[in-house]
This record gives sequence, C-alpha cells and structure tokens, in this order.
Amino acid sequence: MFKRFISLQWKAFFRSASFGKSVGIKIFMAFMGLYLLASLAILGGTLYFILRKLAPTEGPMWVLSQFLIYWVLAELFFRYFMQKLPVMDIKPLLINNIKRAKIVNYILGKSIFSGFNLLTLVTFVPFAIVLLIKGYPAVNVSVWLLAMLAMALCANFLNFLINKNDIALGVIIALLVLFWGLEYFGIISITNLFGPIFHALYAYPLTVLIPLGVLLALYFLNFNHLKKILYLDGALKGKAKEAKASDLTWTRRFGEMAPFLQLDLKLIWRNKRTKTQVWISLLFVFYGLIFYTQEIYANMVGIHVFLGIFMTGIFLANFGQFIPAWDSAYYGMMMSQNIPLRKYLESKALLITVSVVAMFFLTIPYIYFGWKVFAVNTACAIYNLGINIPVILYFGSFNKKRIELDQSPFGNMQGTSAVQFLVMLPVLGAPILLFSILNWLVSFEAAISSLVGLGILGYAFKNKLLDFVTQQYANKKHVMLQGFRQKNG
Amino acid sequence: MIAVHNLSKKYGGKTVLNIDSMKIPRGQSFGLVGNNGAGKTTLFNLLLDLIPATTGHIKNHDIQVNQSEAWKPFTTAFIDESFLIGYLTPEEYFYFIGELRGRNKADVDALLAQFEDFFHGEILGQNKYLRDLSKGNQKKAGIVASFIGNSEVVILDEPFANLDPTTQIRLKAIIKDLAAKEGVTVLVSSHDLMHVTEVCERIVVLNKGEIVKDIQTSAQTLKELETFFAGGEFIPTTEEPRSNP
Repeated sequence: MFKRFISLQWKAFFRSASFGKSVGIKIFMAFMGLYLLASLAILGGTLYFILRKLAPTEGPMWVLSQFLIYWVLAELFFRYFMQKLPVMDIKPLLINNIKRAKIVNYILGKSIFSGFNLLTLVTFVPFAIVLLIKGYPAVNVSVWLLAMLAMALCANFLNFLINKNDIALGVIIALLVLFWGLEYFGIISITNLFGPIFHALYAYPLTVLIPLGVLLALYFLNFNHLKKILYLDGALKGKAKEAKASDLTWTRRFGEMAPFLQLDLKLIWRNKRTKTQVWISLLFVFYGLIFYTQEIYANMVGIHVFLGIFMTGIFLANFGQFIPAWDSAYYGMMMSQNIPLRKYLESKALLITVSVVAMFFLTIPYIYFGWKVFAVNTACAIYNLGINIPVILYFGSFNKKRIELDQSPFGNMQGTSAVQFLVMLPVLGAPILLFSILNWLVSFEAAISSLVGLGILGYAFKNKLLDFVTQQYANKKHVMLQGFRQKNG
Repeated sequence: MIAVHNLSKKYGGKTVLNIDSMKIPRGQSFGLVGNNGAGKTTLFNLLLDLIPATTGHIKNHDIQVNQSEAWKPFTTAFIDESFLIGYLTPEEYFYFIGELRGRNKADVDALLAQFEDFFHGEILGQNKYLRDLSKGNQKKAGIVASFIGNSEVVILDEPFANLDPTTQIRLKAIIKDLAAKEGVTVLVSSHDLMHVTEVCERIVVLNKGEIVKDIQTSAQTLKELETFFAGGEFIPTTEEPRSNP
C-alpha cells in the first residue's frame, strides 16, 4: 500500500500543472528554488563565523539559542500563509478499500517531506558540520540537530492544527511584536529568557525527548482531529464565503466604463490572488528605504529611476502584466457579449492610473532623502502614466495563459509566460537606460525633463495608443480564447 | 435567419465539423442532437465566433459573424459555466449583463420577477457568489442571463443537463414560450431526446461533425431518433427532410 502512495505522489508531482509549463519557466523556477536553497546552505555554513564576529565573547551556540524563539515564531508566521494540508487530494481515496487511519497517516506523513521542513534541514546541517569541524562534541551536536528538525516538524503540525485561524495568527504576530518590544525597551530580555531553554537542547542531549515528545503529541492530535473531520461536510468541504453585494453606484460618473470598472473592483477585492497582490503592492512603498538609506546608492541614478518606476508602478506591473488573463475564466462570455472592447481596456487603464497616482503620493515622504529623489519619483510616475500603461496593455494582448483567481499568489506562476519577462524590458529597462544616458551626457535636469516629456506625450496620444491596443486585442481574440480554455496551461 | 455556408472545423487534420449548407429561418426553434464529440458545441462556438472556422462561414441575420460584431446586440447564449463570473452574486451578474445589453436595473428586475418559479428561491437573495452555487443553480442563472435584453437569437448548449426534474419541466415551458414569440430563434442542444423533441420544431442530428438527419418534429420523431441512436435502421418520416426550408 505504501508503495502505491509513493507512486501516486510521484505522478502527482510530474503530472502537475506547474510541471507541464514551458521549459523556460521550469528552468527559471528550478533556478529560483536552487538559489534559495543555496543561500540558506551558505547562511548555515557561515553562521558560525558570523556569530563569532557578532559576539566574540560568547559561544556561537549560545548566541544562536537566544534567537531561536524568533526563528520559531517567524517560521510559524510564514507557514501560516504559505502552507496548508492538501486534504482535497485524498478525496478519491475515501471510497476505496483503504482504512481511514491509513489515509490520515498518508497525508500527515506526506507533509513531512514538504519544502518548508527542507529549509530547516538545509540551514542547520551545514551549521552542524561546521560545529563538528570546530571540535564540538559529536553527540551533543547531532542530538541538537535532531531537536531542530523535531521543532521544524512541530511547527509543521502545529500549523495544520491552526489551519488558517485568524486568532492564532494574531497571537503569533502579537508575540513577535511583544517580544521585540520588551527586548527593545529593555523591560525583559526575551533572548536571555529563552536562550538557556534552547541552549539546553544542546547542552543536555537527553532534553531532545521534549521536542520529540511534543512532536508525537502534535502528530497524535492532528491524527485524531483529521480522522474525525474526514468527511465531505467536514475537512473536505470547500469554504463558501458569504457574499456581500455592493452596487458601487459612485462609479456611475464614468459612464460607459462603469460596468467594467465595477467588475474590475469586484475582481480585485473578491479574489485571493488579486487581493493579496494589492497588499503586496502597498508594502513595496517601503522598498525605497532599503536603497535610500545606504551611502553606496546615493549617487547611482539608475537605481533611483528603478525605484521610481518600480514603486509608483508596482500595481501597474503586478496587475497590468496579466491583463486580460484575470478575466480568462469567463473571457468566452465577454467576447460573445455586446461589449465595447475599448471601454473594457479603458477601465483597466483607469484603475492602473489611480494606483500610480496613489503610490506616487505614498512615495512623497522620500523627499526627506533629497529633492532629487522626489524629482525622479515624480518623473517616473508621469512616465508610468503616459508610456508604461499603454505598453503593459499592449503586451497584455500576448497573454494566453489561464489564471485561476482563487489561488494564492505566493509562488504561483499561473498565467506566466515569456511575455511577463519580456515586458520588463520596455517598462523598466527603457526609462533607466534613457535616464542614465541623458544624465551622463547632458544633465540631471535634461534627464528628468525627458521622462516627463515622454510621459506627457504618451498621455496626449492616449486615445490613439488605446485604439491601437484595442485593435490588437480584437486581432488576437481567438488565440486568447483558445489559450484561456486550457486549464493546465 | 442563420445561414451556414461550407463550414468546417479541423483540429490537426481531424475534421470535427463539416456542414455544407444549413439554414435556420427566423423564429424557428431548432434542436441539435448527437453523441459526445458530434460537434454540437463546436457549431455553437463557431456561431458565436469564439473559435475561427477552418473553411466557410456563418451568417447571422445577414451578418457574417467573423467579420462584423453587429450580431452581438441581438444574440445571447449560455454555453457552460465559463459564461458566468464566479466572484459576482447572481444579482450582480444579471445587472452586469443587463448593462452590457442596455437594460437598467428596473428592467432586469422586471425580467427576473418572471422567473421566480424557475429560480425556486435558490438563486436570488442567497448572499452567495456564483462560484459557490451548485452546478444546477449556476446553470439556471446562466440560462436566465441569456434572456436579458430581448435578444432575437438565443443559443443554449445542453440547458437540461444538471437540472432537477421540476426545473427541467419549467425550462421546457420557458423555451416554448420564447420560441412562440414573434421572430425569436432558439437554438438548443441536448442529449435528452425527449426534451428536445418536445420543445423544438426542427431537429438536426450531428454525427462526427456531419448532418445525418434533419427533420421537422412530428409524433414519430422521438421513436425515429431513439431507433437511430440505438443503432437501428433509419425509418423515413412521412415528412420530407428539409435541409433548405
């Protein structure tokens, strides 16, 4: 039976929709995956030396132990968003001649091999090897490693029990903030409090029984819970949210565009992938802080243009690059209806315009880092409005990959094709190049005015450009429809 | 009138639809039957210009569907769930479609009121998004949406599938009413021979993309179709088969 399950898993992996993607995306994803693993392995391998340097007087193990509480909380935080027990996979097994206990063990056991647990392994194994080389006692180190893995698995199973419960998330965030606050304001030193506890896992090998015991208990709890709710109206029931109807009457003022604008707003607000992307876009306002605060980037105008285009245009990129694939699920209906394609596109353009303006206002505080920063951001926002909006809409006409709206955007490559990479050249590359060259050859002012000028020019010819884009969409209609029908594209 | 001329659709050398000539006069209720893969949905998709034809063309009221979009204002369809917008409530969906067809909220509400029986209290005011409705209820919403905006050509692909018996009977009455209206052409495809003979004046049988039968519905039609699909011999009807009415 176990062999059957393995073979099932094998097929699930190799026949999955994401595996069937074009070679380019496969290579890209594999590369990103390897990159992440390699980074963690390097972190693990160098952690010993980093800790030595940070706290020369204390043992690296001691320092690490002090921060492990944050590692555990952070791990729970990320798992909450990105990991879910794939209970739906076992629906077909239910009515077959397999004991329920076995099915539950299968799905729980399977989760042990998830990528998240791999992260701990990849980080701490190199660290343990370095410790051994440095002459730490082999028994203590290997038992400590075992304890770390047990803790990762505890997080794994605890997360399934939490099962996207918002209260639990609140608790995790509250703890993270509280601990940090207590530490920062010197009320209680959390690191000193938890340090010895985690260090004990290394100092006294027998204590490994504690995480192992907790792990067993958590597994048992999961097992019992899952077995109890393994019914079609229990764990296997899709969640239906209560609908909140809204008529968005204020959109009326946009005339013929109104129905599409309403549809787009509902599209964004009521679907997981789009909604999350709005939040991610807002977070990117802080992206500038990483660069503006560092001396090295102070005189690199290329970076400043990159930030300007990126921060004011993040929604433009995130949302715009998948137009019209957002509507792929019902594109057939749209195309058989009496819709003015032009209004459909104008509505999308308006939404992106609003987002660019909003993001621009949010970046205004960066004026703190000098008027040049502000000037670049303003010019970039205008360039985004005039040039990048029509450009991204034009490239949208090459989209022919379906998007399922109710899936999480994290690591979701659905709808992605070479188009998404190609479009970055004109959207991001062109303004950076143009600006850098003019800034170098002529002056900063000339470079700024060229971006602004191009943006205004684009805006002046907006109607012509949109006419052209509309024609493109009309020409590509059948290719798009054909592509959007492929569920596993 | 809908006129099909020299129409064919091929996928990688395999012909899935091949119709030399077919005319559907204005106001006819037209039934399309055939086994899976016979080309029913392909024909409807071609009629809606959702897929390009390999050869030939279709004219809907003298407008060639792949050259002009002027047929859209008087044509509506429900092909499958992909015609629904999952994240809207049924009401929002109806208003959206209404807006595309130049109908305001009051118009749509008036129309929906006529279908209260058909909805059976499971569609309106449920605080559910379309994606969370059952297959049958999704279908009901999609079918009614195709009645918004007084269209002259209504295309329904497999409207009876997934519906409960009561709703099937009500739908038959609705389609008959619709077909009785002056100038409304209804095109229905179905696997259910009984339903289709009941609501359609004319039935065309497709087999592997070809028209193999084209009959005016009569008392013998059901028997004849059953014999045909059972693999029995062809029994000619008393009426002449009409391919060019």
